Amino acid sequence: MMPDLGRYAFEVSAAYIFSLSVLAGLVIWYLARNARMRRDLAEAEERRSRRDG
Amino acid sequence: MVSSYWEYANPTRFMQTSGWLLPVVAVLAVVTTAVGLIWGFFFTSDDFRQGSTVKILFLHVPSALMAINAWLMMLVVSLIWLIRRHHVSALAAKAAAPVGLAMTVIALFTGAIWGQPMWGTWWVWDPRLTSFLVLFLFYLGYLALWQAIEDPDTAADLTAVLCLVGSVFALLSRYAVFFWSQGLHQGPSLSLQAGERMDMAYKLPLYVAMTGFGLIFVALVLLGTRTEIRARRIKALVARERMG
Amino acid sequence: MIALLLRDLRLAVRAGGGFGLGLAFFLILAVLVPLGVGPESALLARIAPGILWVGALLACLLSLDRILALDYEDGSLDLLATAPIPLEGVVTMKAAAHWITTGLPLTLLAPVLGVLLSLPAPAYGWLVLSLALGTPALSVIGTFGAALTVGLRRGGLLLSLLVLPLYVPTLIFGAEVVRRGADGLSVATPLALLAGITLGAAALLPFASAAAIRINLR
Repeated sequence: MMPDLGRYAFEVSAAYIFSLSVLAGLVIWYLARNARMRRDLAEAEERRSRRDG
Repeated sequence: MVSSYWEYANPTRFMQTSGWLLPVVAVLAVVTTAVGLIWGFFFTSDDFRQGSTVKILFLHVPSALMAINAWLMMLVVSLIWLIRRHHVSALAAKAAAPVGLAMTVIALFTGAIWGQPMWGTWWVWDPRLTSFLVLFLFYLGYLALWQAIEDPDTAADLTAVLCLVGSVFALLSRYAVFFWSQGLHQGPSLSLQAGERMDMAYKLPLYVAMTGFGLIFVALVLLGTRTEIRARRIKALVARERMG
Repeated sequence: MIALLLRDLRLAVRAGGGFGLGLAFFLILAVLVPLGVGPESALLARIAPGILWVGALLACLLSLDRILALDYEDGSLDLLATAPIPLEGVVTMKAAAHWITTGLPLTLLAPVLGVLLSLPAPAYGWLVLSLALGTPALSVIGTFGAALTVGLRRGGLLLSLLVLPLYVPTLIFGAEVVRRGADGLSVATPLALLAGITLGAAALLPFASAAAIRINLR
C-alpha cells in the first residue's frame, strides 16, 4: 500500500506528518474552544433566566 | 429570502446560516483535502529530478496560497468593520488569523524540508522565503495585539488599523526583499508563462488539494466566528450580572 | 505645534535618561559585535553596514514606548486630543521630537562606530546620508506602534513585536545603500526608495496613528 518513496522517504513523510498534525491541532483547538464557549454561554443564559424568574 | 449580503453581518442571522452551512463545508473540506492529499501521496509518480519529494508540493503550494489569502481576507473584513461596523466581520478577522499563522508555518516547514535535499540547505534568504518569514511575524503581531487588549471593540478597531497598515508594509517588504536578493526559488508553480510547465498528473491533485485547504480555511473561520460571537455574548451577560 | 515640539524636546532633555540610553546602547552593540564575531577587519568591514543599521534600529526601538506613555499617564494626551490643533499634527510633532532626540544623535554617532567596525572609507558619507534619510521613517512608524499600544500596561514588548516587521523595508534599503556605497556601486535606486518610504510614511502614517490614539482614548 505504502508507495516507494525512495531515498527521500524521511523528508516526504516528515512533511506530511508535520503538516497534518498542525492542521489536526488547529482543528482540535478550534473545536475545543467552541465547545467551551457553547457550554459557558448555556450556563450564563441559564443563570440569567433563573434570576429573571 | 435574503435581500442583501449585509444581513449576514447580523450576528443572529450569521449564527442561523452558519449553523447549517458549517457542517456542509466541514464535510466537503475533509473529503476534498483527503482526496487531494491521498491522490498526491499515493497515486502520483516520482518526478525524474525531484524524486518523491515532488509529493511535498501538494502540501506546500496550497498552504502557501492560503497563508496569503487568509491575510487578504483579514484585510477585506477589517475594512468592512472599519467602514460599516458589523461585529461579525471583526470577529471573522480574529478567527482567520490563527489559521493563516498555521498555514504559514506549514508552508515554511514543508519548504524547508523540501529545500534540504533539493537545494542542499534547510533555509536560504531567498526573497520568497523571507517574505513568508515576514508574513509570519505580521501574524504573530496581529494575534498578540488581539490578546493584549481587554475591550473587544477597541481590540477590533486597533487590530483592523494594524491590518491595514501592515498590509501596506507587507507589500513594501515583498518588493524590498526581491530587490535585496535574487533567489533560488522557482517561479510561481502554476503560472502560465513559466519556463517549466507542470504535468497534468501533478496539476489535478494539486488543484484538489488547494480547494481542500481553501474549504478548511472557510470551515475554521465559520467555526471560529461562531465561537467569538458566543464569547462576546458571554461577556455581555456577565457584565449585566455584575451591574445588578 | 512648534510650541509642542519644543515642549517635548525640553521634557526629553530634562528627563535625561532616554536621550543618552539609545546612544549608549548603540555604542555597546558596536563594541560587542567584534567581540562576538572576532577581530578580523575584512569580515567586520563586510558586516559593518548591516550591524550599524540594525544597531540604529534597535536603539530607536528602545525609546519608542516613551513617545506617548508619559502624556497618556498624566492626561495631557486627552487634552491634546481635544485641543484645536489636529491630532495628526500632534503625532507628527511627537515623531519629530523622537527623531531629534534619537535618530539625529544616532546618525551623528554612526561614523564613529563605523571606525570601530572598520567600515570601508567610501561608505561613511552614505552611512550618514542613509541614516539621516531613514531614521525619520523609524520614528514615524514607531509612533504608530506607540499609538496602538498606548493604553496597555505592559505594551513595551508588544510594541517591539508590532513595529519590527514594519521596519523591514526601511532596514533593507538603508543597509543596501551603505553596502553598495562600501563596494563603490551606484546607490541611486535604494537611496530613492529609502527616501520614498520615509516620505510616504511621514505623509500617511500620522493619520493611522491619530486614529489609533482616538480609539484608545475612547
